[in-house]
Amino acid sequence: MSTQSSRAAARLMLSPTVILLLIWMIVPLAMTLWFSFQRYNLLYPERSGWNDFANYTRFVASPAFMSAIANTLILVVGVLVITIVLGILIALLIDQPLWGQGAVRILTISPFFIMPPVAALIWKNMFMNPTNGLFAEASKFLGLSPYDFLGQAPLASIILIVAWQWLPFATLILLTALQSLSSEELEAAEMDGAPAIKRFWYIMLPHLARSITVVVLIQTIFLLGIFGEILVTTNGGPGTASTTLPYLIYKEALLDFDVGTAAAGGVVAVVLANIVAFFAMRAIGKNLEG
Amino acid sequence: MTLTLRALLGATVSLTLAGAAMAETTITVATVNNGDMIRMQGLMDDFYAKHPDIKVEWVTLEENVLRQNVTTDIATNGGQYDVLTIGTYEVPIWGKQGWLASLNDLPADYDVDDLLPAIRGGLTVDGNLMASPFYGESSMVMYRTDLMEAAGLTMPDAPTWADIEAAAAAMTNKDGEVYGICLRGKAGWGENMAFLTAMSNSFGARWFDEAWKPQFDSPEWKATLDTYLRLMTEYGPPGASNNGFNENLTLFQQGKCGMWIDATVAASFVTGADSTVADKVGFALAPDNGLGKRGNWLWAWSLAIPASSTKQDAAKTFINWATNKDYLALVASKEGWANVPPGTRTSLYANPEYAAIPFAKMTIDSINSADPNAPTVQPVPYVGVQFVAIPEFQGLGTSVGQEFSAALAGQKTADEALAAAQALVTDEMTAAGYIQ
Repeated sequence: MSTQSSRAAARLMLSPTVILLLIWMIVPLAMTLWFSFQRYNLLYPERSGWNDFANYTRFVASPAFMSAIANTLILVVGVLVITIVLGILIALLIDQPLWGQGAVRILTISPFFIMPPVAALIWKNMFMNPTNGLFAEASKFLGLSPYDFLGQAPLASIILIVAWQWLPFATLILLTALQSLSSEELEAAEMDGAPAIKRFWYIMLPHLARSITVVVLIQTIFLLGIFGEILVTTNGGPGTASTTLPYLIYKEALLDFDVGTAAAGGVVAVVLANIVAFFAMRAIGKNLEG
Repeated sequence: MTLTLRALLGATVSLTLAGAAMAETTITVATVNNGDMIRMQGLMDDFYAKHPDIKVEWVTLEENVLRQNVTTDIATNGGQYDVLTIGTYEVPIWGKQGWLASLNDLPADYDVDDLLPAIRGGLTVDGNLMASPFYGESSMVMYRTDLMEAAGLTMPDAPTWADIEAAAAAMTNKDGEVYGICLRGKAGWGENMAFLTAMSNSFGARWFDEAWKPQFDSPEWKATLDTYLRLMTEYGPPGASNNGFNENLTLFQQGKCGMWIDATVAASFVTGADSTVADKVGFALAPDNGLGKRGNWLWAWSLAIPASSTKQDAAKTFINWATNKDYLALVASKEGWANVPPGTRTSLYANPEYAAIPFAKMTIDSINSADPNAPTVQPVPYVGVQFVAIPEFQGLGTSVGQEFSAALAGQKTADEALAAAQALVTDEMTAAGYIQ
C-alpha cells in the first residue's frame, strides 16, 4: 500500500515523461491549428496573413470532401467486416489439430510483416494488372475477359489489399481468445447434443466478444489513416472514387502546396476521428468493462 | 626580423592559403531517378578528376517525390540542396519569385548560344538563364513497322489524327493482345494531362481565354476528349486509366502496343536491349488536325541553383560539367551516341554520328515544332505547351486529370468530366484572383 509520500515521489519521477509526451503532442497540434487559420501557400510566400475560417470553408466545400468522408468510412467498415469474419473462420481452422500447424500459422500471419506500399505494389502489378496480372491470366484461361480492378472497382480493390494486410492481426488476436476458451464447456455442450453451429453461436462468439472489440478499436485507429496503399495504386482516382480524408489532405499539402487548407483538413480529420472513436467506444466499449 | 624568420612566416601563410584553397566543398544535388541522371552518377570519376576540391552528394528521387521535396525546401528556405533538377514548368515560376540564381556567368566553354532556342527560351526569365538543360524532349508517335506493313498501311512522317485512328483500327487484335494505340490515362498534371493538353492544342482547344476564363465548355475540348476516349475505348489496352509513361513503355516493349504517342526520350528504350520489338519501331511527328499546331509537347529536365545556396560557385562548376558539350562527348565515348542526353544542343544534331541514329531527326523536328509562347491556335495568356506556367496548375492539372481519368475508366461521360473540370477550374481561378 502506497503512502502519500511515495505517491508524491512517483508523480515527481513520472512528470518529465508526461510533460515531454504532452509537448510532443501539443506542439504539432497547436501549429496545425495556427496554420489552419493562416493564408499559407508555399508557392505564394508573399500572400500570407490571418485568413479567418476561409481554409475550413474551402476544405469542407471542396467537391471531393463528401466523397472522401464516405470513402474513408466505407474503407474502415469494409476492412473491419472482412478481417473479423474471415479472422474468426481462420482462427477456428488453425485452432484445430492439423499437420504442419506451426508452418500454417506462420504463413497465415506473414502478410503482416510486409510493408504496406510494397504489398500494394505487388497486388497492383502482379495480381490486378489487367494485361499482365495473375487474375487477368486466370480470366483468360477460363475464357473470360480480364477485369480492370483498379479502374472499375478502385475502392473495393483497396479494401481487399488492406484487408489482406490486417487479416493476420485479427486472426492472431481471435486465435489467442479461442485458445483461452475452456474445452470442458464445449465438451459439455457437445455431450448435451448441441450442434457445432450452436456451440459456436452461444459459447464461442460471446467468448470472442472482448477480442473483437479490441480488433475493432485498434484497426479503426489505423484504418482511418490509410494512405500509402492509395498513393501507390490509384492515386485517389479515377475521379475521386478512392480519395480518402488523409489522401485529400496530402493532395492539398503536397500537390497544391496549400499548407493552410491542408492544416484545416488535418483539424477536420482529428475532430472526425474523435467523433468516430467516441461512438465506437460507447457502442462497443462496454465489452471492455468488468 | 631575420630573413629566415620572414621566410618561415611567409611559407606558413602560403601553406595556410593553399590549404584553404584545397579545402573540399560538398554540394548536394537533388535529381530525378531517370536513366540519363543515373548514368551521370556513374560518370562522376571524370568530374572528380577535373575538380578534386568538390564533392557531390546525391539525393535521387522519383519525379513526384522530387518535386514535392524541392518545392517545400526552396519555398521554406530549407537550404537542403545546392543543385536542383527541375523542369520547364518550375523554372519561369521560381525564377520570377527570385528563388533561383542566374546562370549568366557560366564559363565561355559552356557555349550558351549552342542551346536549342526553344529550350533556352523556356529556361530564361527576364533575359537571365535560370537553369541549364540536362536533357530536352518533345513527344512523337512510335509505331510498329511490321504491324503497319501487315495492315497494308504506311505511316506518314507528319500524320493527322485521322491517320492515327485508321492505323489503330487496322493494327488492333485484342484476342492476340495487340492494342492499336497506348496513351497515358493515369491522372496527374505530368501524366495524362501532359498528353491531353498537348493533344488539345492540335484540336484548337486551350485551357484559358485571354481573360483567364476556363475553356472546358468549348467544342474544341469536347472534340479532344471524345477522340481520346474513342481511341482508347476501341483500340486501347484494358486498365488504361492506370497507365502512365512507365506502364505504357512496358506494354510497348512487350509488343502489346501498335502505336504509342509519348516522350521522345522513350525512343532509346523502345529500340534498346529491353525491347522485344526493338528492330520494328518507326517514328513520326505527333498528329495534327490541319489547324497549324501538332499535339506534341516540350520539356527539359534542367539543373538550377537555389538563390539561397551558399556554395554557388561549386554548384556552377558542377552544372557546367554536367551540361556542356564535353559531357555529351564523354557519354558517347563510354556508352555510345544513342545514349547521349538528347534535345539540348544544336551541335549534337549537326554531328553526323548522332544524326545517323534512327530517332534523332524526329526528336529535333518535334522539339522545333513546339512553341511554348504560342502553344495553341488561339491566343492564350500563359506560357507552356503541355502545361500552364502558373503556380496553381499543379493542383488544377491533377484535379482535371482525375476527371478525365474517371471518364476513361467509364465512371463518367465525356460531358460530365468536362463540366466538372470547368466548374472546379473556375472555382480555383476565382479563389486565386485570376477571375474577378
